[in-house]
Amino acid sequence: MTLRLPELSLVLLIGPSGSGKSTFARRLFKPTEVVSSDVCRGMVSDDENDQSVTPQAFELLHFILRQRLALARFTVVDATNLNPEDRAKLVAIAREFHVLPAALVFKIDEKTCHERNALRPDRDFGPHVVKRQFAQLRRGLRGLKREGFRNVVHFRSPEEMDAVDEVIREPLWNNRKGDSGPFDIVGDVHGCYEELRTLIGKLGYTVADHVVSHPEGRRLVFVGDLVDRGPDSPDVLRLAMASVKAGTAICVPGNHDAKFLRWLNGKKVQPTHGLAETIAQLEADPVDRDELRGFLDGLVSHYVFDHGKLVVAHAGLKESMQGRGSGKVREFCLYGETTGERDEYGLPERLDWARDYRGKALVVYGHTPFAEPRWLNNTVNIDTGCCFGGELTALRYPEQETVSEPALQTYAEAVRPLRDESAASAQAEHDRLLDLDDLLGRRQIHTSLRPAVSVREENVLAALEVMSRFAVDPRWLIHLPPTMSPCGTSSREGWLERPEEAFDYYRQQGVMQVVCEEKHMGSRAIAVVCREPSVAVTRFGLKQERRGVIYTRTGRPFFSDSSIESGLLDRLATALERAGIWDELDTGWLCLDAELMPWSVKARDLLECQYAAVGAAGGAHAAAASAAFQSALGSDHLEAEAKAMLEPLLERSLSRGTMIEHYRGAYRHYCWDVVELDDLKLAPFHFLASEGGSHVKRDHIWHMALAERLQATDPALFPATRWREVDLTDEEAAAAAIAWWEEMTSAGGEGMVVKPRDFIATGPRGLVQPAVKCRGREYLSIIYGPEYDRPENLERLRQRGLGHKRSMAEREFVLGVEALDRFTARRPLREVHECVLAVLAMESEPVDPRL
Amino acid sequence: MLLSITNRTPDATDLGHLLHKHPARCHGVELAFGTGTVFYPVARAEECTAVLAVEVDPVGLVRSEGARNGGWALGRYVNDRPYTASSFLSVAISRILGTALNGRCPKRPELVDRPLELEAKLPVVQAPDGMLERLFAPLGYTVTSHRLPLDPAFPAWSESRYHELTLRAQIPLHLLLKHLFVLIPALDREKHYWVGREEIDKLLAKGEGWLGDHPERESIVRRYLKYQKRLAREALERLAPEPDDDEEEEAAGKEPEVERKISLHEVRLDRVAECIAACDPKSVIDLGCGEGKLVARLLRQTRIPVIRGMDISSRALEIADERLERIPAARREGRVKLFLGSLIYRDSRLTGHDVAALVEVIEHLDPDRLDSLEQVVFASAAPGRVFVTTPNREYNALFEAMKPSALRHSDHRFEWTRAEFRNWAERVAADHGYAVSYEGLGEEHPEHGPPSQMAVFTRTFR
Repeated sequence: MTLRLPELSLVLLIGPSGSGKSTFARRLFKPTEVVSSDVCRGMVSDDENDQSVTPQAFELLHFILRQRLALARFTVVDATNLNPEDRAKLVAIAREFHVLPAALVFKIDEKTCHERNALRPDRDFGPHVVKRQFAQLRRGLRGLKREGFRNVVHFRSPEEMDAVDEVIREPLWNNRKGDSGPFDIVGDVHGCYEELRTLIGKLGYTVADHVVSHPEGRRLVFVGDLVDRGPDSPDVLRLAMASVKAGTAICVPGNHDAKFLRWLNGKKVQPTHGLAETIAQLEADPVDRDELRGFLDGLVSHYVFDHGKLVVAHAGLKESMQGRGSGKVREFCLYGETTGERDEYGLPERLDWARDYRGKALVVYGHTPFAEPRWLNNTVNIDTGCCFGGELTALRYPEQETVSEPALQTYAEAVRPLRDESAASAQAEHDRLLDLDDLLGRRQIHTSLRPAVSVREENVLAALEVMSRFAVDPRWLIHLPPTMSPCGTSSREGWLERPEEAFDYYRQQGVMQVVCEEKHMGSRAIAVVCREPSVAVTRFGLKQERRGVIYTRTGRPFFSDSSIESGLLDRLATALERAGIWDELDTGWLCLDAELMPWSVKARDLLECQYAAVGAAGGAHAAAASAAFQSALGSDHLEAEAKAMLEPLLERSLSRGTMIEHYRGAYRHYCWDVVELDDLKLAPFHFLASEGGSHVKRDHIWHMALAERLQATDPALFPATRWREVDLTDEEAAAAAIAWWEEMTSAGGEGMVVKPRDFIATGPRGLVQPAVKCRGREYLSIIYGPEYDRPENLERLRQRGLGHKRSMAEREFVLGVEALDRFTARRPLREVHECVLAVLAMESEPVDPRL
Repeated sequence: MLLSITNRTPDATDLGHLLHKHPARCHGVELAFGTGTVFYPVARAEECTAVLAVEVDPVGLVRSEGARNGGWALGRYVNDRPYTASSFLSVAISRILGTALNGRCPKRPELVDRPLELEAKLPVVQAPDGMLERLFAPLGYTVTSHRLPLDPAFPAWSESRYHELTLRAQIPLHLLLKHLFVLIPALDREKHYWVGREEIDKLLAKGEGWLGDHPERESIVRRYLKYQKRLAREALERLAPEPDDDEEEEAAGKEPEVERKISLHEVRLDRVAECIAACDPKSVIDLGCGEGKLVARLLRQTRIPVIRGMDISSRALEIADERLERIPAARREGRVKLFLGSLIYRDSRLTGHDVAALVEVIEHLDPDRLDSLEQVVFASAAPGRVFVTTPNREYNALFEAMKPSALRHSDHRFEWTRAEFRNWAERVAADHGYAVSYEGLGEEHPEHGPPSQMAVFTRTFR
């Protein structure tokens, strides 16, 4: 015999001790599916038969149930379940999670139970206990249906129990996960038959005998509200019924359909909101009422399609209700959630569940008319108010494109004007404010380049402080650049970093084509520039028009003076215009990664308090010390031994003086006074993203070619960035690149950056560092101090670990790319922000700042 | 770093006896952080100069355990520590010239207390303006100092904080060394080791006989002990017992410097606490609670059952936690919770409170982020009443130390006139269904108004 139960049930086994419940459960359910009160007793007290811990055991049992049901797991409760109050608690839990309660009743004779219990030495409770249980069994089981159990099965003998050899889990009616479409999902039709025919004609359907068909096998899905208000509800119903029957259409019910069904069933309903028209149309153009009743009665509240990726329900559906069954779910599907209050038009005030929606499934729905399809948080409302003179809209799935057909006329007056959010989309409106609940806690971020990047909570909190106090508006913050690791440490005498190690790294990773780019020494800057200032409003969702923004690697505004920023952005936008880059990329905005010079424009405080200060102190100290040593060595009172000790000290002091001078020369290279705009230099090297997508699939040759075009257009603002492509299998080319680096750095250059030719490069061990820097000898004195290259210092400085830095660089790179991809894919802002916040969080990890 | 001491008293080479270092030799000593060398460039009967040259190992500093664990400012390679006079020099003096420092001279004990014509030179010492004169002149020194140029290549940059210092006095050598031992670390901004209680003993031993009478003793003690207030208080008490400061004064250092004289912040907090108590709310949230002073007042002075404090700074919250720990458990348990949060993100924890306070908070946000704060506080959290205080910019004219365009605190992004504040408050109130009234905080000036201003928003809908 086969037992059938809905796949998402909470099954109560009901029967006295010794009735064979546990044995039955062991035989037919997975051990993890069965939650037993005895086991819970054992867990809390070490004794499965200790009746005194019953309250604690059930506390635990209820807790486990809640966790399982929240995860939509089929669950069996193995307890006597004979007390109606105890059952009521379990039914309440099932309802809380919109799971169907089922009951299996084990009503075998009392004698058998006594015998079985007597055989088990651990069951030392007397026969009176079982007697009482049987009394409860007789009294209390008549009302199981009334208690809320949909499926009740009675076993009256051990034989009946043993006859069950299989339990089949029946899919819920709403489960069409195996059906992936393709679909054309149609919004609220409301009797607008003509518009419906035109729309589905546009979509490629033909209609024969009321049955729709599509040459590519596409099917229609109606979001409900077929009837009322419009001119021809009977024909809409005929088409829907026939097509659903033929399997070329699917339909979920709307609140108007439900009310119409109540009228059909002879219930007393107010013929308002267009029902009167439907009734009149039916009288003039009758449709078989039994067939109508059968069709409407059989409609399932909502469907889950395509492996859980698509949900269709008339008024939408929260994640916690999707794929579940209960009266509440059905009610939500038909009416949505209301506050219980009425708005200024006297209509029930609807709660905007989509605002809080964070689910993975795309929810397609209607119910509340808007002037345009309303996308918000992975939901889309396609009721565009056709019966009110708006449009009838369909969503093509999986393409996710909408197709609309304007109404031929206004059939009904909307009580409330259609909401027009076209000025700022619903998503942009929603994204004006980010919600901390979406960002706090330990996070796993799923990215296209790495399945999961974890971010620790304390780092997120640190990032939150920076973000809140110092960063630019999050709507501009579509990317933060990754940190960059230096090349491996050189063992050559007198050197800490050399290109050989950078090249070796990429060779080891199997990357043979690299690009070497001159590294300018200024401050890292991300510029988001708009072709027209209005793009700030239309694309970035800001309140005011603006040319764009320039921010630092930690998201802070680069300039405190906004006139400098806008002047620079104007120049940049003009250069992009003249170089034809706007048109070529077909975009209204561009995000680029650049070095902004001079260093002193951003780092003036640091230069004054640290770099110049050390130079001043060091120079004065070295001069005074050298003078003292010289004067001692020139005197005649010192013993020879003393002079022998002082000579090397003098030498050291003189060399210190020289080193300090070199060091001051090194930082001075990167400083100059900025009086006018032309004193600023912007060297872009990555053209990260523009409308339609990020440019991380393009190689660095493309990026540098764009940089060269900008440079040619406005050489006063854009300095030349020297670069070359190097084939690492060609020893001569590599040697030439090294010589080139030596020449650049000995002339005061910071160094170079070596990158794989491809923006995103993978080797046999996965993702490869997107770039490593190789810094010049002089420049490193700004990093490691004026005297860093004394042999005894260099030897110790070589002890540096790059592992953590490289891991950080990789994770930040992955997140930065993901942020751009999400922004260009028009994902909700929180999903973009999550990535940039994570980059900032990683920056708070302790790592040697000199790497 | 370098210290040279010249004796111009006849029989000047007695300096060698006093320093316990023979003028014809060169004395090298290994120190934990580098090496010290004493030698004599000049050793004549009429003039004798001893030089203490200390070489600090900069790489060793960064890689020291202290830098790794404590992470203090020593942990950088580009560092002035090897060059400027600092606590390293004091340690070198006590290690290498300890006998002289402690006033012992076994061979010539009569020399110890004899005042000599001494000159001390420090080629690089950092000091705030006027501090060298203030510290050394009262001890009888003729002070000559020259500020070192920061970088001649960039005249537009600020001045350096380093000076070349020469001190001249007729004074026993051990006193000169004691003065230097205490005052050099007091002039410098950092200390290369953890400052603990044992520092007090060292300070008092070396300061015996002169520090107690020094007019700058309080600032010397504070600076020597690196502003560790408890230690400084204890040291000063032992130096010259005085009645205890009250607790509130301790935190006054956190206030913007220009406001300190009138302790405006205390006035402000008292008034806000009073206003909140008058509302008799069931729950209050202090948004931007900082170090918890308003929360502490509410706990002590009211019976409000639910008090919450939120701030963006985890460091501030730690201090706030410590402050609340000092309140008797019975008064605080079950009533108060502090948490980290931000005013520009929507946050469900901010809803459901009768009263919210934003005391000197809005001016710490960039003006273009204020609309987020507005949404979070007035649209999303929407408490029944909101108290917002902010400085009155007009009043700045009365702060003598302030330049005309300056703001009261380096993190203030703006300061508003009374009219600007009212414009903003009126608009916010109108947009979100609040009524608003205003009150001046602090003593009102007939022309410039009160130093600080408060707006009280009362919700009018629902």
